[in-house]
Amino acid sequence: MSQTFEPKILAFLCNWCAYAGADLAGVSRFQYPSTIRVIRTMCSGRVDPSHVVEGLKSGFDGVFVFG
Amino acid sequence: MEGEAGNFTAKLKSEPRFIDPLRCTGCGDCAKVCPVTCVSEHNCGLDRRAATYIRYAQAVPLVFAIDPEICIGCGLCEKVCLAEAVKYDDQPRYNDLKIGSVILATGNEVFNPSDFDTYNYALLPNVITSMEFERILSASGPYRGHLMRPYDREEPKKVAWLQCVGSRDTHHCDNPYCSGVCCMYAIKEAVIAKEHSHSGMEAAIFFMDMRTHGKDFEAYYDKAKEEGVRFVRSRVHSVEPVGDGDLEITYADETGEIKQEIFNLVILSVGFQVGQEGMELAGKLGVDLNENRFVKTESFAPVATSREGIYVCGAFQGPKDIPQSVMEASAAASASSLLLNDVRWTEAKVKEKPTERNILGERPKVGVFVCQCGINIGGIVNIPEVREYAKTLPYVVYVEDNLYTCSQDTQVKMAQVIKEQGINRVVVAACTPRTHEPLFQETMSNAELNKYLFEMANIRNQDSWVHSGDPTQATEKAKDLVRMAISKVTLLEPLKESELGVTRKAMVVGGGVAGMVAAKDIADQGYPVYLVEKSSQLGGQAKKLFQTWRGESIPAYAEGLAKEIENHPNIKVYLNSELKHVDGFVGNFKSTIQNGGEPEPVEHGITIIATGGKEFQSEEYSYKKHPRIVTHQELDQRFNENDPSLRSINSAVFVQCVGSREPDRPYCSRVCCTHSVESALELKKINPESDVYVLYRDMRTYGERELIYQEARREGVIFIRYSLENKPQVEVVDGKVQVTVFDPILQRSIRMQPDLVTLATAILPNETDALSQFFKVPVNAEGFFIEAHAKLRPVDFSTDGVFLCGLAHYPKAIDESIAQARAAAARAATLLARDSIFFSGMVAFTRPIDCSSCGVCVSICPFNAPRFIETGRDAGKAEINPALCKGCGLCVASCRSGAIGLRGFDDSQIFAMIDSV
Repeated sequence: MSQTFEPKILAFLCNWCAYAGADLAGVSRFQYPSTIRVIRTMCSGRVDPSHVVEGLKSGFDGVFVFG
Repeated sequence: MEGEAGNFTAKLKSEPRFIDPLRCTGCGDCAKVCPVTCVSEHNCGLDRRAATYIRYAQAVPLVFAIDPEICIGCGLCEKVCLAEAVKYDDQPRYNDLKIGSVILATGNEVFNPSDFDTYNYALLPNVITSMEFERILSASGPYRGHLMRPYDREEPKKVAWLQCVGSRDTHHCDNPYCSGVCCMYAIKEAVIAKEHSHSGMEAAIFFMDMRTHGKDFEAYYDKAKEEGVRFVRSRVHSVEPVGDGDLEITYADETGEIKQEIFNLVILSVGFQVGQEGMELAGKLGVDLNENRFVKTESFAPVATSREGIYVCGAFQGPKDIPQSVMEASAAASASSLLLNDVRWTEAKVKEKPTERNILGERPKVGVFVCQCGINIGGIVNIPEVREYAKTLPYVVYVEDNLYTCSQDTQVKMAQVIKEQGINRVVVAACTPRTHEPLFQETMSNAELNKYLFEMANIRNQDSWVHSGDPTQATEKAKDLVRMAISKVTLLEPLKESELGVTRKAMVVGGGVAGMVAAKDIADQGYPVYLVEKSSQLGGQAKKLFQTWRGESIPAYAEGLAKEIENHPNIKVYLNSELKHVDGFVGNFKSTIQNGGEPEPVEHGITIIATGGKEFQSEEYSYKKHPRIVTHQELDQRFNENDPSLRSINSAVFVQCVGSREPDRPYCSRVCCTHSVESALELKKINPESDVYVLYRDMRTYGERELIYQEARREGVIFIRYSLENKPQVEVVDGKVQVTVFDPILQRSIRMQPDLVTLATAILPNETDALSQFFKVPVNAEGFFIEAHAKLRPVDFSTDGVFLCGLAHYPKAIDESIAQARAAAARAATLLARDSIFFSGMVAFTRPIDCSSCGVCVSICPFNAPRFIETGRDAGKAEINPALCKGCGLCVASCRSGAIGLRGFDDSQIFAMIDSV
C-alpha cells in the first residue's frame, strides 16, 4: 500500500473550454497527478447527477465537472 | 501587385520555414535540443526561446520553424526529428496569384516608449509596457501567470498604470489620435492583477479622460472602482527610480498641484501606431494613408480604400478594439464578395461523397491504432504494452501502433486495413480530438465507414505530456483511456447528418441606415430582401442628424441610400409595417408582415435585426422650459435648415452625459462627445466670435475623433469638467437661460447666460420585446440586444440565422453602424449562398412515450431546439429540431423522465466509460 493517499478523480470536461484547457496544459507541459480520468462532453450541462453517482459507485474518490 | 479591381496579379513571397509544415507534428523535440536561444518576441523579451520555435502555444497550425538569424546549423534538430520535417535547404517561394480583390488585415504595432526619457522605460526594468504586462499575467507567459515584476521577481504591492503613452501626444511623438483601447485594457489589467495578487495589491490608473465607451465597458469601470482600483485624473511629469527597484511618480493633479507617489511597478499603457512595414505595404499596393498614417477611408465606406478592389479592416484602418475589428473584417468580406459576385463558386471544387457501408446487425469489430507521436508518447508511455493490452479487450479485432498515426501514408494504410479486416468501429489513441478528430473521420469516410463510429483516446496532451516524470503511471492511464474509448465505441451507432433546404431570401427588420446597408449588400449579391420599416419612410435617425465628425452630410447620404433601396429590383420595402408572427428556424423562417391591410406571409432563410434607437428626452436641465434649451437632434435640424438665427448666437453651452452614465442608465452613449465637439466647431464656424463651452465628465472623442477635440480647443472652445456629484445647473431666470457649473481648475463656480444650451442626451434602444420573443434572442437590462459573443461574434445571435446591426446593438457612430450592417450581410450571405445546410449528427432526440410534457427542455435550451408537438398521436410531447440542436446535452441531463437521448454522447455510452475504469 502506498504511503500517500492520491485520490482517484473522474473529470467531466466541456469540449469547448475545460477540455481545451487540459490540452493546453499538455502543450505547456504542466505536470499533475496521473490519477485523473477524463470524459469529454460537448457541454458540462450534459452531465447528469447519475453520472456523478455512478463515478463514485465505481470507485472514484471524487468527481469534478469543469465547464 | 498589378491590375485592377476584379483582376489583380499579385506576386507573393513566402519566407522559408526550414521545417516542412506538412510533416511537422508539433512535438517540440527540435526546440528541446536546440543549443542557441534568443529573446522571445511573443513574450516581449521577458524570456528566451530556441532557434527552432513556434510563436505561441495556441498557433494554428501547431508547426515549428527555424529562425535563420540565430541558427548555427549544428544539425541537432534534424537528427531528433523522427518525422523528417527539417529542411535546411528550404528556399523562399514565389507565387503569382490571380485575384479579384484584396483585404488588408495586417493590424499595426504598439508604440515603443524607449525614446520617452520622462518615463525611463529604456533604463528601468520595473517600468514596462502594457503588452509586457499582458504576457506577465498570461498562464502561458514568461512567469506562468504569477504576478511578478521583472527586476527581482517580487510580487508588486503597488502598481501604477500611466495612460496615453504614445497616444493623444504631439510633443513626444506624432500620434495625435486616441488609441481607443488603452483605458479599457488598463482597467482589465488592474482588475486581473488584483485577482492574481496574494497580498491585496493596490492599483492606480493615472489618466486624462477615462474612455470606456464600449458596450458594457462603463459597468466594468464602475465595478473596478468598487473593487478598489484607484483612478487619478492627472498629468504625469516623470518616473524616477527610488530604493531597490521602486519608482516615484511625479504628477500634477486636476487642480495643478504637484504630487509624488511611490510604486513597485509602473505600466505604460502604450497605444497603436502604423509602423514602417504598414506604410511600405500601403505604398506597394498604391493605397492612400491619412494624416495619422492609417489607411484612408470615408465614413460611408468604412472598409474601402482609395484603390478600388482593395479593402481594409482592423487596426490598420484606425485604432479600434476587437469587436469593431471583427465587424470590419466581415464588412470587408461583404464588400469583396460583392465585387466578385459573378464568379462565386467558380473556383470551388465539389467533394465526392463516398458510399457508406451498412453495418446494421454486425457485431462490433473494433480496430485500435496507437500513436507513438515520435517520442512524444512513445518516449513516456510503453506503447507495446498498451498495444498488447488493447488486443485483450472485448470486440477488438485489430491493433497496431504507428510512429505517427496522423501522417498521410498511415492514413492511406489505415483505410486499407479497415476495409480488409472488416473493421466497423475505430479507436485512435493519440493526441486530442479537438485537432485531429476531423482528419481521422475523413479516413473513416474513405474507408466507407460512417464517421461517427469513431473515438479518440487522448494519450498525449492529457497523458504523456503531463505525466512525463512517471512512465509507469502514464502507461496505466493510457491503458485506461484506451479501454474507456473502446467501451464507448462499441456502443456507437452510425449517425445521419440531416440536410435541409435554404430559402434564399432575407428579412431585414428596420429601415434606418443599418437596415438599408444590410439590405442593399444582400440584394446586390442577388438575393431577394424583405425590408420591414415601422414608420412611413426609410432613413431612421440619420435624417435628423447633420454631419459626421469628418464633415460628410448624413441626411444626403441617407436620402441617396433610401432611393437606391426603393428602386432596387431585389428589395421589397414594407413601410408602416411590423412583424406579427414568426415561425421556423435557420434557413426556413415563415413570418407574417402586417402592413395595414391583409397580413402578408413571407418565407425567408435569414433575418437581420436593425431596429435602431432614438434620442432620450427628459425634464432634466430645464429641457422644454425655454426654446433656447435643445437636444442634439434639434440643433442638427437647425444646422440642416441653415437657420439664420444661429448667426446671432454669441454664447453656447453643451451639457454632456444627459441621461447617460448615471445610476438609472449606466452605459455611455458613445457618440455624444464627438457630436458636441463637432457641433461646437460648427457654431464657431458660423460665428467665430461666439463663446462655446462644453461641460463634460470625460471627453470621449475616441480614435481619430480626438483630432476634432484638439481642433476645437485650438478654435477656443472651452471645456469644463464636472462630476456626477456636482452636476451643472440649467435654470430659466427672468426669461433667460442661466447655467451654473463648478470649474475644478479655478476651484469655483461659474455662472453663464448663454444664447443656446444643447443637451447631449443618451441614445435609447427602440422597443425590442416582440422581436426578442419571435426569434428567441436575448435583450440586456438596458434594452439592447445581446450578441452571441461580445468580442468574437458581434453580429451573430446564439440563435442561428438571425443577425444584428446598428443602434439596436449599442449606440454607435454611423461609420460603425455601416460596418456592422455590412458584417451582418456577410454573415447572412454565408447561409444564403447555399442550397442546403447540413447539421451535425450528434444531436438530442426525444422518446415521446416517456415524455411527461413538463416543458423543462423547452425552457432550458439556449438554442430553442425542443418544442411541443402540435398535432397527431404525440401532441403535447416534446420533440427536438435537429437543425437547431447543438448537441450540448443540457436537455438530456435536465429531463426528469429520462425521455431524451443524445446521439454520440448517450447515457449508455457515458456509463460504459465510467464503468470501464
